[in-house]
Amino acid sequence: MASPARGCHVWVGSETGILKGINLQKKQATNYKLGDTVLNRHEAVTAMCWGDPYESEIFVGCFDGSVKLFSTEKGKFTESRDCREGEGPFCGLAVLDSSLITCVQSGLLKVWRDTSSENVEIQVGAGVCRMRQNPEQLHRVATGGKENCLKVWDLHQPQEPIFRAKNLRHDWLDLRVPVWDRDMQFLPGSEKIVTCTGHHQVRLYDPSSPQRRPVLEATFGEYPLTALSLTSDGNAVVVGSSHGDVAVIDLRQGRLVKCLKGLAGSVRAIQCHPVLPLVASCGLDRFLRVHNLHHKRLEHKVYLKSRLNCLLLTSREKWEDEGFDSSADLQSDVKEEEEDDEIWNSMEVVATKRKAELQPCTESDLQKDKRLKKQKKLKKAKS
Amino acid sequence: MADNVGKARRSEEGQCDAEKGGAGSGASVEQGQVLFPPSFSVSEIKNKQRRHFMFLRWKQQQRKEKLAIKKKRKKEREALGDQAPPKPVPKTIENQRVYDETAVDPNDEEVALDEATDEFAPYFNRQTVPKILITTSDRPRGRTVRFCEQLSKCIPNSHVYYRRGLALKRIIPQCISRDFTDLIVVNEDRKIPNGLVLSHLPDGPTAHFRMSSVRLRKEIKRKGKTPTEHQPEVILNNFTTRLGHSIGRMFASLFPHDPQFVGRQVATFHNQRDYIFFRFHRYIFKNERKVAIQELGPRFTLKLRSLQKGTFDSKFGEYEWIHKRHEMDTSRRKFHL
Repeated sequence: MASPARGCHVWVGSETGILKGINLQKKQATNYKLGDTVLNRHEAVTAMCWGDPYESEIFVGCFDGSVKLFSTEKGKFTESRDCREGEGPFCGLAVLDSSLITCVQSGLLKVWRDTSSENVEIQVGAGVCRMRQNPEQLHRVATGGKENCLKVWDLHQPQEPIFRAKNLRHDWLDLRVPVWDRDMQFLPGSEKIVTCTGHHQVRLYDPSSPQRRPVLEATFGEYPLTALSLTSDGNAVVVGSSHGDVAVIDLRQGRLVKCLKGLAGSVRAIQCHPVLPLVASCGLDRFLRVHNLHHKRLEHKVYLKSRLNCLLLTSREKWEDEGFDSSADLQSDVKEEEEDDEIWNSMEVVATKRKAELQPCTESDLQKDKRLKKQKKLKKAKS
Repeated sequence: MADNVGKARRSEEGQCDAEKGGAGSGASVEQGQVLFPPSFSVSEIKNKQRRHFMFLRWKQQQRKEKLAIKKKRKKEREALGDQAPPKPVPKTIENQRVYDETAVDPNDEEVALDEATDEFAPYFNRQTVPKILITTSDRPRGRTVRFCEQLSKCIPNSHVYYRRGLALKRIIPQCISRDFTDLIVVNEDRKIPNGLVLSHLPDGPTAHFRMSSVRLRKEIKRKGKTPTEHQPEVILNNFTTRLGHSIGRMFASLFPHDPQFVGRQVATFHNQRDYIFFRFHRYIFKNERKVAIQELGPRFTLKLRSLQKGTFDSKFGEYEWIHKRHEMDTSRRKFHL
């Protein structure tokens, strides 16, 4: 069987340089680090991404500019590569056909090819806060940061960005609106990009339309928004602020849908499950929290001892299953389930609120019910 | 027969009366049973003086009963001698505390390493000597000014500066360039000091406290003479959780290493139910057994409101912990420090 690391649901990178795998079903957290080196802050994890679509490898970007490869199959670090170029910590990692894309704070975006020596280098401008890859077109990445407006780059044509956002019009005092994109994500099925800013705005850009300014803007709270993640249906976005407020904002109307409670400190990373109504968040309060998006309920809360910088949530949906024999098996499973879930999703829209609440009743619950009924029958028989 | 019926009817009437009177006789009276007289309650007495008198008597009686029970129990214990069962521990909010998973285990390697490399590490590795700047909110009035003076007498190597209407974000770079290690800002509202911002320099963290019950030296009874220049000892009590540890380390780093025991002065930060009590004492060993303490003042109480990463930046700073009243204060037995 595969190592216990395969069964982990959430991977979290901490400020002390430890990669933590958390199995929420067994309520176990395991620490992984390279070798027996003493912890130090130069190895703080600043960015993470999956190494392949089967989620058997994780690239971990450290503060000192090294990128490590962690194998979830073997449960250990297999490779370490020095990607020190430019200044500042990594603000994004991505994988493009077995080559690695890194982006550092000073604005150097680089594609590291293994064989050919010609690495693509792009200067995206200083003060970058986040770089994200388009999950559907892997050669497209978006960057943005402080006084560095949103840009979308095509890595096949690295000279010019294919989309460069335009700042908003001056405000009612005719003053320039400051730019500070903290996080962004591509909407699936379209070219749209959603960003959240340090000035508590959520903006939606549409590169396919002639308008370079945001097509939608919503504000939430009064503190910087630090992280965001799209929900499974792509109609809403979950944002987190530096005060630990997490909210779900509808992207069609720009309205606040609901708030998730329980966080005590600044949010550093949020990720939604691609199918299940779950959202995982972590931050400076040293807790990993998993909320249910339907009920707003806190499902899991794990104390992980150090400040957490980034997180990856598995996309597999059978949480109860422990190990998988082969990744191919998993893939086919995923496909089937996705079709099913599409049906379910379409039903949810129609169903009333009560029905939606009833729906996630799991198998174990049903079994419990059956058991209870049996017991009742037995009692009757006795009497 | 007729008599019987009459009795029954009367008893019914009686029942009605009892109910109307609201005497609360308790026992339900069924038909045909003998009636109890309506019970007596002090609160029913109409005459106020009489009611008061009766109440005092009732109270006395209660006390007597209680004392009698206590005496009896004591006698029993004495009779049993050594085999007496141990006295039950009284239930308090503290010992019924909700389990906190962040409580620091001293053997925990990860937390120890995390603490060994945090912002206070240079102080605990004896690389820096604390140098503290104390200032206030703008235009402080008498009490706050005196409080700052007295606070600077407790903390060695601290300097009180007038704020002069300067912004904190502009003060901090100047402090760093002059090698200050901590910044204390006392906030004042209507002549009463009510807030304290404690910022560790050069790169945070910043804690914001609510301050209450400030007593200056003059207002303390049986106070000692003014404190001497000696470096005091520091006592930190009950900072058990991970957040508590951070706060405790922050307080510890205000005072220099190597207390001068000649001075016999102690500064205490005592945490109880998330309130931090500051006291400043002088002690003396009267003989091998007895120690006497004398308060030197000032005294105040702090309650943590937020802990922010980095130096003071309330708008764009990232908070490590914020006290959210409506979300966190759900249980009286849950504590964060």
